[in-house]
Amino acid sequence: MAALRVLVGVKRVIDFAVKVRVAPGGAAVQTQGVKHSLNPFCEIALEEAVRLREAGAAAEVVVATLGTKASQETLRTALAMGADRAVLAELAEGAAAGPREVAVALAALARRLQPQLVLLGKQAIDDDCNQTGQILAAILDWPQGTFASRVSLEPGAVQVQREVDGGLETLRLRLPAVLTADLRLNEPRYATLPNIMKAKKKPLEVVPAADLGVPAGPPRLRLLQLQEPPPRAGGEKVESVESLLGKLRHAGRI
Amino acid sequence: MANSLRSEVIKLYKNLLYLGREYPKGADYFRRRLKAAFLKNKDETDPEKIKQLIARGEFVIKELEALYFLRKYRAMKKRYYSDDKP
Repeated sequence: MAALRVLVGVKRVIDFAVKVRVAPGGAAVQTQGVKHSLNPFCEIALEEAVRLREAGAAAEVVVATLGTKASQETLRTALAMGADRAVLAELAEGAAAGPREVAVALAALARRLQPQLVLLGKQAIDDDCNQTGQILAAILDWPQGTFASRVSLEPGAVQVQREVDGGLETLRLRLPAVLTADLRLNEPRYATLPNIMKAKKKPLEVVPAADLGVPAGPPRLRLLQLQEPPPRAGGEKVESVESLLGKLRHAGRI
Repeated sequence: MANSLRSEVIKLYKNLLYLGREYPKGADYFRRRLKAAFLKNKDETDPEKIKQLIARGEFVIKELEALYFLRKYRAMKKRYYSDDKP
């Protein structure tokens, strides 16, 4: 297989270890001064692409994202993890994007770059939409393999093991195809300091999102309200077995 | 003294310092421990011994990377796969 190109879509999200707080008003979460990083599922997708290249099955790994200027840092991390070059579809500061907007941008990039494989994380840990890969496959009219837990390339096709309810499903998709990565696909490597230094020299192209056909204005998905989960009710110490049984009975547990 | 090793030691220190920024107990805690560990061996002159110590540092790097990966993996598993019974 010659010159197989892999496009990996990634997203910049609030770091998984950060406690997310809803901003006053309930219309957004606090992002100011909060640590951001590459979405863990995107890391898995990227790792898979890099492994395909290292195994000689793919020729080039291009990583792309739709986001504001801050997303450049995320793309650098992706380059440090082994992508060859990056494309940022740049949104104006403060603009938001939903799965549809991301899919439109990635579809335009896919038409431009002609990848044989598009790899995405199955969902982002911030909005948990789990839609981008599916919408992208629909726009491009390509076969899709979602929740992939094993990927193997064949000439002109890709075999995907999918995690479905109560088991695994194996599909054979003709290329080009869209795949979304599940948690068990692989173990992403760490972006080490020397690799981050090297990544600074890798090419990063910035394209205005409007040039890729991303519609201006607010995203089609409208966010109505955000709420923090209810705080955990504290435990209680009991004096004796009898009072424990009494309390459990009162709570309807026994 | 072997000057080629000097740059390797500095590189190791920088890499560890970078990794320590995400340490669960805090970057400060890690930095203090890291510095103490390097200072403890600052008078080492035997090149063989220094190479051994560098190898140990590289082992610690591998351990830290594994620690961070597992931490992330567990968090994801807990959040998204809570009903799973192995």
